[in-house]
Amino acid sequence: MARPTEVEVGEQKAPVIQPGHTFASITDKIAAIVLLRPIKGGWLFGMLICFLILQWFLLAVCYLFYKGVGIWGVNIPIGWGFAIVNFVWWIGIGHAGTLISAILLLLRQTWRNSINRFAEAMTLFAVACAGMFPILHLGRPWLFYWLFPYPNTMSYWPNFRSPLVWDVFAVTTYLTISLVFWFVGLIPDLASLRDQTTNRFVRVVYGLLAMGWRNSVRHWNRYETAYLLLGGLATPLVLSVHTVVSFDFSVGIVPGWHTTIFPPYFVAGAIYSGFAMVLVLAIPIRKFYNIEDFITMRHLENSAMVMLATGWIVAYGYAFEAFMNWYGGDPYETFLRWNRLHGPYAGFYYALLFTNLVVPQILWFKKIRTNPIWLFFISLDVLVGMWLERFIIVIVSLSRDFLNSAFGMYYPTQWDWAIFIGTLGFFSACMFLFLRLLPAVSISELKTLIPQAEITVKHEAEVHQ
Amino acid sequence: MKDPRIFGLMAEFDDINDAIKAARSTYAAGYRKIDAYAPFPVEELSEAIGFHRNGVALVCLVGGLLGCTGAFILQWWINTISYPINIGGRPLNSWPSFIIVTFEMTILFSGLSAVFGMLALNGLPMPYHPVFNVPRFDLASKDRFFIVIFASDKKYDPAGTRQFLEGLNPVSVSEVPS
Repeated sequence: MARPTEVEVGEQKAPVIQPGHTFASITDKIAAIVLLRPIKGGWLFGMLICFLILQWFLLAVCYLFYKGVGIWGVNIPIGWGFAIVNFVWWIGIGHAGTLISAILLLLRQTWRNSINRFAEAMTLFAVACAGMFPILHLGRPWLFYWLFPYPNTMSYWPNFRSPLVWDVFAVTTYLTISLVFWFVGLIPDLASLRDQTTNRFVRVVYGLLAMGWRNSVRHWNRYETAYLLLGGLATPLVLSVHTVVSFDFSVGIVPGWHTTIFPPYFVAGAIYSGFAMVLVLAIPIRKFYNIEDFITMRHLENSAMVMLATGWIVAYGYAFEAFMNWYGGDPYETFLRWNRLHGPYAGFYYALLFTNLVVPQILWFKKIRTNPIWLFFISLDVLVGMWLERFIIVIVSLSRDFLNSAFGMYYPTQWDWAIFIGTLGFFSACMFLFLRLLPAVSISELKTLIPQAEITVKHEAEVHQ
Repeated sequence: MKDPRIFGLMAEFDDINDAIKAARSTYAAGYRKIDAYAPFPVEELSEAIGFHRNGVALVCLVGGLLGCTGAFILQWWINTISYPINIGGRPLNSWPSFIIVTFEMTILFSGLSAVFGMLALNGLPMPYHPVFNVPRFDLASKDRFFIVIFASDKKYDPAGTRQFLEGLNPVSVSEVPS
């Protein structure tokens, strides 16, 4: 939580918070969404659809556990199908939440204060979706705990030289730290809800969750230190997570995978798709919950600019991949390039270039950047594009590697789709519940941004002089 | 005579700058067992009541060092002593490949230490506290600032302390029943 209290009402920039808000109006407005707002038909309808998709997902998972991964389209040579594509896609989406909550915190970008809460929730749910795929992809998913080093009667240990084991550590650490970061941020707001509600039961529930937080400045002091430390720790962590994910590929020798550009290119792609998801969520949320005062055009425009910038880093990645395919002179890499452009999956590659590189360029126009409808659809386009990117990386490389006798094709089955779309339902259902049960915008952090919080008394050191 | 049924006296302020000035005056008047409450972090307020340093960073550092050394030693021990496998004569202690897990465990342990250290130093979870007995205190998480002088303070005197607090121009002064 950074200290600057000014609200910029520049001529060009939209304000971070609409002027006129006070401590009380911020608390009332955000708490009312959780405490007072009746459940409306729109929410019920959306939740119902997501819930049905979630049931479809559970059905698919039950059948998967019953029959095994043979119900998917995976087979040698393509052993990594949708499961790994979706794993990388979901975990990438999570990265934007941590970027907003941690990196922008350290950079004192105070505009983050109104979008960090739901972006962190998005991270949490996205990482949960991502984490399911490697486990579902295990032949015997009930033995997933063999991945952790624990003393066992089989006298074996995990192979710490394997990127797949690194991945286990990176992803579980990421999930844990994202969870505590989110929860620590919630504690003061849970206390606010506890103090605002008139319902005894609600008061007890939020009171238990707030753990007796009483807003003491001593507590705030330690809280701020812990929050900043978490920000400082989550920053290298988030960069490391997608780096480790990219090691899953780049440590292998498969053409198209064995390249040093993967870590930065993966991280940039992650943030690209993550901000797209932030916009896809923020645009309807601010509209339906009338919080345009807190999630203003400034937030949408800044997110669009982050997308544009990271999109160009991704474009650089594509260009350099192509350059190295040619300049490296390796026949298999040269073939990979030909295969991407003219092989059986060429259509996906052109779709990727179109969705990830061509369409987002209209974000250069301020009119588009400040139009929520356009932003919403461009973000959907980027999400599709980034999913295609992971599809190209996983499937095209595996389908034709070194020996033509080992070439093959991958056709996803209905169960592949059921589980992929099912995680979308799981993610959306979690978001629907989150919006109604927890404050979607940080109450205490927003208060530091309004003029009422401005400190005009002299600093103590000056007083004593 | 001190009344055991009274935990302290609470003054309420509706302006952040008034609260900071009042907290400084309280500290300057010699009260030490005091606390202030605000709906968002206000560094100046904790400074004003004489709270300058906290141990969270130290706890975080210790946790991080434990995670770092623990993770590396575990991997080293597994690969060289407990489960050594000779693969083409490569070194058993191939430390560069242990760095990633070491790094992740450093982050995990320091992050969890920071959070649990913060909660422990704050004495949370603590579901009951006497300040909650004051009905107006619900506003501490909304828009009001509070200063409490505990009855356990050496200088505390029911009438004198109340008079002192009333002189600080608060919105209200109330007794905190214990």
